[in-house]
Amino acid sequence: MRYVFAAATVAALVLTLAGIGAGLQQVTITYWQYFFASKVKLVDDLVKQFEAQNSGIQVVHENFPYDAYNQKVASAVSAGQGPDVINLFYGWVPLYVDSGYLQALPAEAFSPMEIERDFVPMVKNSRFDGKYWALPTAVRSLALFYNADLLRAADIGRPPITWDEFLTAAQRTTVRDAAGRLTTEGFGVSPAGQDHQLIREVLFRQWGVAPYSADGRRVTYATAQGAEAFKWYTDLISQHKVGVIDFFPGGNGYRDAFMAGRAGMIVDGSFAVGSIRAGTKAGWGVTELPRRTLGGEPSNFGSYWVHGLTVHAQGARRDAAIKFLKFLTSEQVQRLWLQQVGELPASRKLVNDPQLAADAIYGPFIRGLAYARATFFVDESAQRQVLVDAVNEVVVNNKSPRQALDEAAAKEQKILDEFWKKHPAK
Amino acid sequence: MSVPQLRLGTRRALWAYTFLFVPLLFYIAIRLGPAFSSLYISLHEWNLISPSKPFVGLQNFRLLARDPRFVQAAVNTVRYVLVGIPVQMALGLAVALLLQRINRFRGLFRALYFMPFVTPIVAAAWVWQWMYSESFGPLNEILATVGLPLQPFLRNPGQALYAVAAMIIWQYLGFQIVIFLAGLEAIPRVYYEAAEVDGASGWRLFRHITVPLLNPTLVFSVVYGTIVFLQLFTQVLNMTFGDQGGPLAGTLTVVLYVYQLGFQRFMMGEAAAATAVLFVAILGITLLQIRVLSKPVEY
Repeated sequence: MRYVFAAATVAALVLTLAGIGAGLQQVTITYWQYFFASKVKLVDDLVKQFEAQNSGIQVVHENFPYDAYNQKVASAVSAGQGPDVINLFYGWVPLYVDSGYLQALPAEAFSPMEIERDFVPMVKNSRFDGKYWALPTAVRSLALFYNADLLRAADIGRPPITWDEFLTAAQRTTVRDAAGRLTTEGFGVSPAGQDHQLIREVLFRQWGVAPYSADGRRVTYATAQGAEAFKWYTDLISQHKVGVIDFFPGGNGYRDAFMAGRAGMIVDGSFAVGSIRAGTKAGWGVTELPRRTLGGEPSNFGSYWVHGLTVHAQGARRDAAIKFLKFLTSEQVQRLWLQQVGELPASRKLVNDPQLAADAIYGPFIRGLAYARATFFVDESAQRQVLVDAVNEVVVNNKSPRQALDEAAAKEQKILDEFWKKHPAK
Repeated sequence: MSVPQLRLGTRRALWAYTFLFVPLLFYIAIRLGPAFSSLYISLHEWNLISPSKPFVGLQNFRLLARDPRFVQAAVNTVRYVLVGIPVQMALGLAVALLLQRINRFRGLFRALYFMPFVTPIVAAAWVWQWMYSESFGPLNEILATVGLPLQPFLRNPGQALYAVAAMIIWQYLGFQIVIFLAGLEAIPRVYYEAAEVDGASGWRLFRHITVPLLNPTLVFSVVYGTIVFLQLFTQVLNMTFGDQGGPLAGTLTVVLYVYQLGFQRFMMGEAAAATAVLFVAILGITLLQIRVLSKPVEY
């Protein structure tokens, strides 16, 4: 008994001394992200793992509700406070770079060449002035969710590969009652959901139109082909009537309808897998977004959240923050992120991992990453509104798709001009 | 040195002022302060994130005047008032007059009419949204049953505003009824009895006794109801959640647009300018209503 006590005392002494020793060179850095239960839990675990590997570095992980995130960050910025490493939506990065809040990632630790070799192509969106300002752990892309039971009942053998097959499947799964009311949508349309991205980065491109000029300064979709692509989409609603906007009310009504077995197909992001998996009773599956023709050009919209280094990270904290950033964007963490959060890895190598690409649910999203583009938004909510309004001009006001699209392009050009007037150099 | 003895009344008043002072401080800090700072912000280009927030004079107001979405939000907001207030007043007064005539179950009816007012707004808005649904809503179910054409309601820019206004009228009707009932109760019975002795009845009693003596209540109801409609936000946001402000901004209000400008697009300067415009409009309309509608009567 006495020996045990003595041993415990010695052990305690040693531990205390070790603690003091470590305390002398302890660096504390702060990481901010918005609250998303599975992300918060994973990052808590990752922080423990990182601290165990890097004695002397302590990471404080703080999170805020999504709706308050920007305000919280903004007030921290203006007060000269805030984290060393921060999580941001890729579309906000230009604004943050511009405000002087982010520091460029040091080329020694993150060489642009290596980033472009190791990360999926859309990550290029985070490069300004030849430098990278932030990097993602995970990315998201779109795919087609289908209700396998409804397709089977409509005698459709396999999920659609072309948009023609898609239309046939949508028409055959659409059900109306005696009064002509839609009771099951073939396609759960939602211009304000993911469909505006579908039109912008998928339909336009597959119809041979680049939506914007390469430098992101000009709207270039208002062409005859662009109008044709746009008409193809609005025809789903006004001509073929395979879906109605707000079939189920609410922001995610299209997804709710799908989960309730009232929509044959929807276009949605990888981030929707979790709720669809939890809430869908019918058999369902995921397939890559259809193409215009068999073997035609594939296209997809991707988006991502990035981790950036703020100007607060200086000296020893900067070194620690760089280490943490390396760790957060490592392949090992990306794998965990996919397993526990359900977001796709940002590394090319993992994307090309045959085992991941063969996954029945994540596979189609992962394959989509190879050809996904992230739109360079300057004012995401205003730009979305422009396309949503254009769809409504056609389906509610019976405007011609060409005219609605021309007007949309003029409006969106104004938004871009406004931004570029204030930000002469990208 | 001796403290001068205060009279009991003075001491009591001092205490009252002391206690009143605390909420006043609170009011200044969380209401007046931010209101003035938003006036200050409205004169600057105030991006939420950008560190440079230059003074731009009235530029934000000029931008708003040229912004078709803001103009539409302003027009919509006025339409809500023009549609909502007369209907709400007429229905509220009619129900209050009917309730005043019955003795049995009056409390029950009053409670039933009042219930929407204490129902959580967001929940009510979502239920109404489903009621208007083209495929699943009971309203279209009724239309289909009697063979009338189906209506898009919230999906049509021409109908959506009225559909939202109907929900707000429903929601505030009970409140108006209770106010009207209190006003009606306060009219002394002797006026009616005297008029009846003189041979007046029905419409003439209502026209010459009820309406003039109810004037203070009417003015309060109109002013209060108007402010509610001018500040409309929660119901509109929740009834058209996907495409906020309805298809082609058919239901968009000034306050909802302020929210979109400020918190979705980070343009705090323009958002603050829009609130300044709204503040002046509410103040102006309220003063005008009080001036025009108030008709003090003495019998």
